Amino acid sequence: MMQRTIPIAILSLSGVILILAYFSPLTTSWGETVLNWFNVLAAVAFVLGAGNILRVNLEKISSQRPGWAYAAITLVSFFAMLAFGLFKLGAVPNAKYPDIHFAGDYETTASPYGWMYEYVLSPLTATMFALLAFYVASAAFRAFRAKNTESILLLGTAFIILIAQTAAGMFLTAWIPDDSAFAFLRFDSMRAAITQHIQTAGMRAITIGIALGVVATSLRLILGIDKNYLSSR
Amino acid sequence: MTTPQRGSSNPGLLERLGSLDRRWIFLSMGLSIALPILLQLRFPEVPGPMARATFDAIEAVPEGSRVLISFDYDPASAAELQPMANAMVHHCASKGHRIVFMALWPLGKQMADQTIDQVLLNFHPDLEYGTDYVQLGYQAGNEGVVKLMATNIPEQYKTDTSGTKLADLPLVGDLRNTSDFKLVASLSAGNPGAKEWVQYADSADKEAFTLVSGSTGVQVSQLLPYYPAQLEGMLVAVKGAAEYEMLVEEKYPVSKDAERIGQGRVRMGPQLVAHMLMIGLIVLGNLAMISGRARGGAQ
Repeated sequence: MMQRTIPIAILSLSGVILILAYFSPLTTSWGETVLNWFNVLAAVAFVLGAGNILRVNLEKISSQRPGWAYAAITLVSFFAMLAFGLFKLGAVPNAKYPDIHFAGDYETTASPYGWMYEYVLSPLTATMFALLAFYVASAAFRAFRAKNTESILLLGTAFIILIAQTAAGMFLTAWIPDDSAFAFLRFDSMRAAITQHIQTAGMRAITIGIALGVVATSLRLILGIDKNYLSSR
Repeated sequence: MTTPQRGSSNPGLLERLGSLDRRWIFLSMGLSIALPILLQLRFPEVPGPMARATFDAIEAVPEGSRVLISFDYDPASAAELQPMANAMVHHCASKGHRIVFMALWPLGKQMADQTIDQVLLNFHPDLEYGTDYVQLGYQAGNEGVVKLMATNIPEQYKTDTSGTKLADLPLVGDLRNTSDFKLVASLSAGNPGAKEWVQYADSADKEAFTLVSGSTGVQVSQLLPYYPAQLEGMLVAVKGAAEYEMLVEEKYPVSKDAERIGQGRVRMGPQLVAHMLMIGLIVLGNLAMISGRARGGAQ
């Protein structure tokens, strides 16, 4: 009973306080306290996330599931970054406090943590993102087919945006004067029309829909009607 | 050996292209990106209305104003957002604005540090920490951080990244909330980012500060509904960065390391060739499909 009542009470109270804080300056400081709790919880979520990485990968290694070597590499990298960052191993001593180890700068590339960030983590994450270009090109070639009216519209829009997002878009239709009756055929005009009218209109509709959904869900949570986020036990 | 005859089911060139090994596509894409970089292809850009609005918004803020730049991205999105960050920091410093750096993404702090080292101190070495710029760094909490900053910054940030109390830093000593900034800029790769700045900071006090953003191409759909009412300026992807760089460099040229304020334009070369390749591949794929259908229909 208490396992469910206390979380619901905390949630309802926090929700009501945040709503009140938005409308009444008298309750602003209450809202700030709740937000502080929220931020602390968000920081704790990092610890939970790290614990989950540890659990999942250790399970994979212990059961020798396919790809367990990758799990081992993940854990070694995880612990290396954690140790170098947390204990500031190899940190460059602080000029003002050279005897205090923890005053040292561990984010410079002269320290192991900074070096690994700059020359391992940063290029790896950028590479992972860059790989998308190759897969998008391959997928576009195989799947982007003008099979019906909807796909023809999508294809036409994609062509206009792809060209307009480069210098080619400007120069292919730059000969059409800005003030002529055919100015709408310029790639930059077509892109502006698509993004500012069609795309924005669609996105506004989606945003309003999401906002209404969030309001409804929040009210259900605050009033204790929706309890799905709690454990079923 | 058999000789192909009219009406046989042997596929034509276009149909064979339809089943092209994807490694050829990968190779083409690799070359279309690598060659323009190696050949340093650069194409002239014409600043669009969004880049101009961003430039004008920063120009319109009185000289010496306190501005906040939030680095809401990590190295994965640096290719798109770092050129904007470089140009924006140079722009603000050249205009005499005093900059407060912060981050809503864990690795955003490192991106801000990099920009301070490579741009701010490189082009404006006379600027002093604490008076002309301050690095607040990253705080966990996503939109919670923005919401709390909208009412009480000292509650959210007790110290800067080096552990100095905000009260001891002249630039931020008297900061109460986001309304104490004349301009807020979010360089945003997703959630949390520019959208949260609109929803929680701008909505708290619409008239207090100018809000501008720089975003990745994939995030622009989310932000377009807020332009130009809430977001007075918006830089979109590498093209937005390239256009904005042109405006900044035109008014505030640099005498050394000019490529730092030209990264967007450098990246437009590979983008042009890669986009053309994509269009070519889509056309080829469709021609192969049409050819296959025609052959199927004829048989």
